[in-house]
Amino acid sequence: MFVYIVRRILISIPVLLGITIVNFLIINMAPGSPVDMMVDPNISAEQLELRKEQLGLNDPLWMQYLTWMGNLLQGNLGYSLSSFEPVSTLIGERIGPTVALMGASIVVGVLIAVPFGIISATRQYSKWDYLMTTGSFLGISIPNFFLGLGLIYIFALKNPWLPSGGMTTLGTEGGIVDTLYHMVLPVFVLAIGIAGKKIRYVRASMLEILGQDYLRTARAKGLREFVVTNRHALRNALIPIITVVGMEIPLLLGGAVITEQIFQWPGIGQLTMQSIMSRDYPTMMALNLLAAVMVLFSNLVMDILYSVADPRIKYN
Amino acid sequence: MLTDLLHIEHLKTAFKTDGGEVVSVDDVGFRLKTGETIGIVGESGCGKSVTSLSVMRLLGKSGYVKEGEIWFNGQDLTKFTEDEYRRIRGNEISMIFQEPMTSLNPVFTIGYQMQEGITLHLGLKGKKARDYAVEMLKKVGIPRAESIMNEYPHALSGGMRQRVMIAMALSCKPKLLIADEPTTALDVTIQAQILELMKSLRDESGTAIMLITHDLGVIAEMADKVIVMYAGQVVEEADVFTLFDNPRHPYTQGLMKSIPHVDSDPDERLTSIQGTVPSLLAMPKGCRFNNRCQYAEERCRQEQPLLVTVGEGHSVRCWLAE
Repeated sequence: MFVYIVRRILISIPVLLGITIVNFLIINMAPGSPVDMMVDPNISAEQLELRKEQLGLNDPLWMQYLTWMGNLLQGNLGYSLSSFEPVSTLIGERIGPTVALMGASIVVGVLIAVPFGIISATRQYSKWDYLMTTGSFLGISIPNFFLGLGLIYIFALKNPWLPSGGMTTLGTEGGIVDTLYHMVLPVFVLAIGIAGKKIRYVRASMLEILGQDYLRTARAKGLREFVVTNRHALRNALIPIITVVGMEIPLLLGGAVITEQIFQWPGIGQLTMQSIMSRDYPTMMALNLLAAVMVLFSNLVMDILYSVADPRIKYN
Repeated sequence: MLTDLLHIEHLKTAFKTDGGEVVSVDDVGFRLKTGETIGIVGESGCGKSVTSLSVMRLLGKSGYVKEGEIWFNGQDLTKFTEDEYRRIRGNEISMIFQEPMTSLNPVFTIGYQMQEGITLHLGLKGKKARDYAVEMLKKVGIPRAESIMNEYPHALSGGMRQRVMIAMALSCKPKLLIADEPTTALDVTIQAQILELMKSLRDESGTAIMLITHDLGVIAEMADKVIVMYAGQVVEEADVFTLFDNPRHPYTQGLMKSIPHVDSDPDERLTSIQGTVPSLLAMPKGCRFNNRCQYAEERCRQEQPLLVTVGEGHSVRCWLAE
């Protein structure tokens, strides 16, 4: 197992290298440059050109890439071109809020999806099943920004029960309770989306298991239907469930761009949006790299979890 | 005189389908005493398995016992609630299935699956349950029983898995063991071992066995009496010697002729029964076997025969047997 993990990590190095090259090319091929975003009518064209020269933006692409990579290997993610702070500081400030928001959303989403999916599968074609599948359909179909704005309208504007955005009440110290209070709406929006998708997967994978012979054996032993479903069947249905839940792990650090924007959540998603708007190349590169690392990492975690869930899967 | 352990009377089991209700077992009845083995034979789709699953009430969501009584140990099981039934399943009546490869849960260890029933019905916990399970595994002839406890089913062969199933089924000392084609999926040599094992365990514990099979060889080996089923009905019932010596129903005779004998001419062709079992949705009028029966007369196509006694413990559902 240890050898397997080491090997997987080694394989991921060339993959990451490829990802950074492709990202770097795409970002630089996009029209416009960071300097254009600083435009002030009073600055002359010569001064702009000088600034570009200073920032190294006139160097050939391969040289720019190697400079970036060289810095990265020394643990330096560069400086933001819009706020001039170190990118690592920017990300460091925002990672906490994002992990809190996304972690809570994934947990709530899965906690909704697993029992609902099981109910849906065990009572296939009943009115409960139709209720769950319709609910899941709505959860998938309603865009986050629409649901978010709708909820802000109802619960923040019309009835001032919940804050419309941000992470702390302005002019206060904040604190855990205040933060949780601010999390209610965005977590709800994100969890609905996650649960909507997962209910389908849980239902499908449970349905596949429910007809298996070994469940009849379990019933023939005299076990309760609850134990048969939630222990004997669910444990077998876990593999596909792990896969789809695992696909959400990159979001834990990647954040939710649109939802964070709507709720003014000071997280990675919002930073992503800002860096794109200001053509902030170093920040964009760092965020892309972070996302790529998380995807590869969560794939590895999933593969390890498979072997925990299913004894027939062994890695050598 | 021994009283009947199991007495099924006029059992009618039906399934709800999109095309309406389908009766798959119709008016089946038999008696079974403690320590006795009854064989149920017939082609696929004759209702053998459904009869046994009716006794266990494991018919799934769409199946149900529509009419009839199932008397077990002096109680009518059809009147039992689900909770009462659960206390009997795996405890007083247990079952082994045709497919040992898929009958064990792949993600739990053998030990866990063994101990589940032991803890549930015998109330043994922890080490006591474990020791008991090991003892049961040894009893069914599993070598390295201790280490097998920690293995997952995929590490075991089909024969070994069926032994585990038997150990599991017998661990709560059931009064009745239902074996649904227990050897069909196994190699011939393993078949013989498993049958030998079931026999010795039966003789040791006095468990009654309901043995479902389409293999007349297995019946000859194991059963005290036999019922032959066709299209959801009992067509012949007799003790095993009578049945083999003097089969009266044309269907039973057909089954007998379709198996090779050691002393038969190697060049001789085996006879087969033409056609297939009629669909439950399109039962022929009259005798259900009439369209495949070489002796069928006009009466067979019009009126349904009743199960009539033709000898000591021997009854047949055929107009021609009278």
